[in-house]
Amino acid sequence: MAVVAFVVFLLLYLTPGDPAAILAGDAATSQDIAKIREALGLNEPFHVRFGEWVWRLLHGDLGISIFTRLPVTALIGQRIGPTFSLTVCTLVFSVLVAVPLGVIAAARAGRWIDRAVMGFSVAGFSLPVFVLAYILIYLFSIELEWLPVQGYRPMSEGVWEWARHLVLPTLALGTVYIALIARMTRAAMLDVLAQDYVRTAQAKGLAPNAVLIGHALKNAAVPIVTVIGIGIGLLIGGAIVTETVFALPGVGRLTVDAILRRDYPVIQGVVLMFSAAYVLVNLAVDLSYMFFDPRVRY
Amino acid sequence: MAAVAIDSPKPLSPTWRNFREALRRHPTAIAGGVVLLLMILAAFLAPWLATVDPQAVAPVKRLKPPGEEWWFGTDMMGRDVYSRVIYGTRVSLTIGISVALLTTVFGIAIGLTTGFVRWLDAILMRVMDGLMSIPPVLLAIALMALTRASMQNVIIAITLAETPRVVRLVRSLVLTLREEPYVQAAVAAGTTLPRILWRHILPNIMAPLLVQATYVCASAMITEAILSFIGAGTPPNIPSWGNIMAEGRSMFGLANYLIFFPGICLSLAVLSVNLMGDGLRDALDPRLARRM
Repeated sequence: MAVVAFVVFLLLYLTPGDPAAILAGDAATSQDIAKIREALGLNEPFHVRFGEWVWRLLHGDLGISIFTRLPVTALIGQRIGPTFSLTVCTLVFSVLVAVPLGVIAAARAGRWIDRAVMGFSVAGFSLPVFVLAYILIYLFSIELEWLPVQGYRPMSEGVWEWARHLVLPTLALGTVYIALIARMTRAAMLDVLAQDYVRTAQAKGLAPNAVLIGHALKNAAVPIVTVIGIGIGLLIGGAIVTETVFALPGVGRLTVDAILRRDYPVIQGVVLMFSAAYVLVNLAVDLSYMFFDPRVRY
Repeated sequence: MAAVAIDSPKPLSPTWRNFREALRRHPTAIAGGVVLLLMILAAFLAPWLATVDPQAVAPVKRLKPPGEEWWFGTDMMGRDVYSRVIYGTRVSLTIGISVALLTTVFGIAIGLTTGFVRWLDAILMRVMDGLMSIPPVLLAIALMALTRASMQNVIIAITLAETPRVVRLVRSLVLTLREEPYVQAAVAAGTTLPRILWRHILPNIMAPLLVQATYVCASAMITEAILSFIGAGTPPNIPSWGNIMAEGRSMFGLANYLIFFPGICLSLAVLSVNLMGDGLRDALDPRLARRM
């Protein structure tokens, strides 16, 4: 995490353009700019600025947006709701769909259902999120008029409205993720199904499903959970695009707007927040190994 | 003895025969290769295939639906979408292939260093871990926000975001290979390090790297489209698939072909690269095929 913070700070430090000049506005004289530079501490050497930035970061201060003059933390706070809803829904939905798909494909390896799952997986990898999103909008919102085209309703305005607006974004964002997890589940299951203890369990007459879930899936869990964690990276990148297509007022939209306005503190804050989430999820994944595989100790 | 060997027709080397055998078992990989080849041709022949200048603005012909005169329709500035999509092939393929090549080169260079120079290993891998803990698309977006929009910068940004994974792969391969008896024997025989790398390590890591490169290529094409789509990628004056879709975004209800034609091309390109990658993987390493 410290390395991430350093990289993110470097990004800001190397930014072309002088924040002081931007803050001062068009009518400023060079003396004004020099004064602002002094006030912002921009004349300090690299390590002093980095130290101060980390100090403020540890106090939960991500700086102030150049464009809106609001604290970056407040901006992110306003926008976190839709992003959180979208990513959590997608995560739950994808895992619930992908793991059974992978298990079935492995259990029927080589049969048509396996081929169908693997074919879906390759297609899922190849369809970019936004292309899929537009296909879904076209089919379900414009042609069939079942679901809203875009927009977001917070859960406080009713769970039904909230869910209706999230169905298509979740489907669009989830497909790549489902493809990834299903593929990994199938591979991990195939490995485990070739083990001796699975044959023993089958030989002693356990029900096929009990062997599949109790013996095989439990032992295949570690690589599956790992890929769920790594896939969060995909999910975050995809969320930015999905929010743009479906006009969800989330952190992804904030990122895109900040890029178009070159609002560096906001970009920095968003990258830092997403990376922190990514690192935390993967830490949780590492810790979950202990649960799935008692041999792992920390 | 020698005469017999000369008279018999020269047998195909076993690797080559396995390779052909595996390809025969994967018709999808061949299909992918054919589509990709057609796209490369289209990219080279773009000036002849395109019916009009992709940048020619003609306000009279705004938003014409696809038909005989405009195969893919025209956009809100009256530009011919078919010509723009054909030119867009150049951008996607250039970026996909350049990023795949660059990440492979950097991946090998950094990966070999970490595998053989112990004191650099810790430092370089910490840096790579740091880069890897930022989701790749996000890292590319952040890098693009820093610099001017240009194709070169897009390539650099995506390369930086994708390289750590390749380094990881090279390093893990090298660490296993280093313990192999033939490498140990070469070291014991006093072979110099560059020669060991060239003769023993490189040939053995090329197959998995080639497969990895196809996946990097596919993911770079998607990332470029994402960057362009949100306005942080290829500059708007170059027609790329992502740019065409970005411009069609506000028009979707009116002119969905602005999104669908470039979208289909992009998906097809990525799909064929992925299919080729899967085919190559099975052809080059049958053991990997079962794993994935």
